[in-house]
Amino acid sequence: MGRRRGRGSPGGTPAAQSDAGLRRDAERSLEMTLVNPNMNKLFRFGQSCKGRRVIRFSHSQITRLYSRFTSLDKGENGTLSREDFQRIPELAINPLGDRIINAFFPEGEDQVNFRGFMRTLAHFRPIEDNEKSKDQNGPEPLNSRSNKLHFAFRLYDLDKDDKISRDELLQVLRMMVGVNISDEQLGSIADRTIQEADQDGDSAISFAEFVKVLEKVDVEQKMSIRFLH
Amino acid sequence: LDYQHVQVPFEITLWIMLASLAKIGFHLYNKLPSVVPESCLLIFVGLIMGGIIYGLNDKSPPVMDSDIFFLYLLPPIVLDAGYFMPSRPFFENIGTILLYAVVGTIWNVFGIGFSLYGICQVKAFHLQDVSLLHNLLFGSLIAAVDPVAVLAVFEEIHVNEKLHILVFGESLLNDAVTVVLYKLFRSFCEMPAIKSVDVFAGVGKFFVVGLGGVLVGLIFGMTAAFTTRFTKDIRVIEPYLSYLTAEMFHLSGIVAIIACAMGMKRYVEANISLKSHTTVKYFMKMWSSVSDTLIFIFLGVSTIGENHEWNWPYICFTVIFCLIWRALGVLVLTFFVNRFHVNTITSKDQFIIAYGGLRGAICFSLVFLLPDFHRKKLFIAATTVVILFTVFVQGMTIRPLVDLLAVKRKRESAPTVGEQIHIRFLDHLLAGIEDISGHWGQYYWKDKLEYFNSKYLQKILLREYDQPKSSIVLLYEKLERKHAIELAEAGQLGHAPSHPSLLNDDRIVITDKKLEDTLNPDVLENIQEILARNLYRIRRTGPAYNRHTLPGETEPVEHAKEILILRHKSL
Repeated sequence: MGRRRGRGSPGGTPAAQSDAGLRRDAERSLEMTLVNPNMNKLFRFGQSCKGRRVIRFSHSQITRLYSRFTSLDKGENGTLSREDFQRIPELAINPLGDRIINAFFPEGEDQVNFRGFMRTLAHFRPIEDNEKSKDQNGPEPLNSRSNKLHFAFRLYDLDKDDKISRDELLQVLRMMVGVNISDEQLGSIADRTIQEADQDGDSAISFAEFVKVLEKVDVEQKMSIRFLH
Repeated sequence: LDYQHVQVPFEITLWIMLASLAKIGFHLYNKLPSVVPESCLLIFVGLIMGGIIYGLNDKSPPVMDSDIFFLYLLPPIVLDAGYFMPSRPFFENIGTILLYAVVGTIWNVFGIGFSLYGICQVKAFHLQDVSLLHNLLFGSLIAAVDPVAVLAVFEEIHVNEKLHILVFGESLLNDAVTVVLYKLFRSFCEMPAIKSVDVFAGVGKFFVVGLGGVLVGLIFGMTAAFTTRFTKDIRVIEPYLSYLTAEMFHLSGIVAIIACAMGMKRYVEANISLKSHTTVKYFMKMWSSVSDTLIFIFLGVSTIGENHEWNWPYICFTVIFCLIWRALGVLVLTFFVNRFHVNTITSKDQFIIAYGGLRGAICFSLVFLLPDFHRKKLFIAATTVVILFTVFVQGMTIRPLVDLLAVKRKRESAPTVGEQIHIRFLDHLLAGIEDISGHWGQYYWKDKLEYFNSKYLQKILLREYDQPKSSIVLLYEKLERKHAIELAEAGQLGHAPSHPSLLNDDRIVITDKKLEDTLNPDVLENIQEILARNLYRIRRTGPAYNRHTLPGETEPVEHAKEILILRHKSL
């Protein structure tokens, strides 16, 4: 696709021109982290936390996500705050809205820049066929099945002890279920869930157990944004 | 007794009252609506009435006048559909919808026409004199899927949003194709010789009819939006005017109304007062409801009488070919569609699309508009049988068949409770991520349109140029004012999240029984049922449009209100 060429395109109106200027700056800052600048279609980001993880977006996808980023950024300061996310109307009626928004912000911070935005969204890129047979000794891409599931796991596990306790499960259940369910019923549902998944008998769901519960589910398809194909 | 003076309005109103009484009686029986769709009942009532009139007067009852149908009865229904059509799913699937509407209808027309011509060649049926052109003409009017019938039946079966919008959108948009082909073949019938130039002119005419309809609709839509900038009163008249204007120019009136309604909705809703807004909505619902009822009753009444010539082979083959060609068309087209989209249309969906292709009153009116030639009564009879067959047989059996298919798929693997919860969790997560990443912005033209809208249109057409609020935000504001207080007072939201200490106490009490309880299959079934009923659905799994309820009153919106209130409390 790639209809819009960021660099060198003449800006039409003054707004578009400053957009193009901002985009050039963003791309320049992206370029600084390029691992292999010779690939003209794909950019690679390197991240330093938790080992090197590699995400890949094509040029047109980056451009499109950047325009979405700028349209959300009402303050025009290059970062998004939580209010910017809350302004999205459909997110307001999503039961998990708050947790999803929190997933974008790094630990303890209130602003997320474009790189962080992309990094979170990179988990939801579909797994392409030519990547599946890629070398196993390279760094694991962010959109692998394991990393997708880990992202979802972290949304359950608020205290970050690598286990979904009964309380955490209850909180999520309460968010997802209507007002007609009593606490006892919800409790028994949570108990049943834990009991089905628990294998080491600690009355909590670890990441490995979580993965096992979802082994029959096509997570790659379920957790991929379709248009990023 | 001055009956002549009030005869016409008196009879019409009497029929409307009769229809509403029939509907009330129908709904009193709880089991009946789930088996028989309402449209069947109305046709049945019409049949009885027609029979009574025929018996009393010993002449054919009044046939539904095509003019009345096209000018008075059809526009309210289409307007209602176009106004409440959710535009996001519609435009997301516009390519598929157009493909089905245009290519699918053309495929059906030629398929049915040619195969019926083949049947006519068989000497035993005494149908030699029905020419190819007549068959094609008949094919063009019988192939079109009817939005009125589709709407009436699809309310009963609960399909997801995407499927609903596909079938419904297709039934609305194939009007353009039908109009062109019908008029084309009719003019060919009257011409002595047909040159290929005429055929090309026909193809060109199709684009003119479709795009012209859209243009007329948009012009009137913008006029309506502009007018509401200066007044808070109701504007319903512009869409109807656009329909009439389009019909005047031999363009597609249905497409014009839809374009008008969809174009003006955004600006009109932002401009007019809340009261006028509610009035407009209820007014349209009422009008379309009345229209719908009248159409089906008239259909029933007009069936009785001496307008028919019964040639059973022709009629049977018509029904068979309608089914076969529709199924083939859907299969082939879906094959192409699925190659370009990640989100495939499953075979269950394909079955619903194919089987849900109901014919209705539009075919009926078109057949009466045919020029009088000696085989007209045969066509009338065939059309009547096809309509009755599709509405009664297909309408009544589609729900059991859908349930059967769904049950079959479910038996393959019964998900555990944990799976169900986690899957729903992932669905909500993905819906949220898609909303954040702005999935609709994927389309280049949609982005352009939004840009054009925010720079120019909003300044001209909106009263106060501020950030346009979506209906969700409007809903939230309305909630904050009234409902949140009411609901909280009524105790519906009394469930504060339980404290961990309380939970621990509960657990201590039932620890001994816990293991056996949760292994109990009855408890499991109970849990499954609770979850199925109460888990919030993700946005797109419900039907897109419902005839009888306003958009603000459906179940997903009730859930949305609950979610909003809960989050508001926790913020």
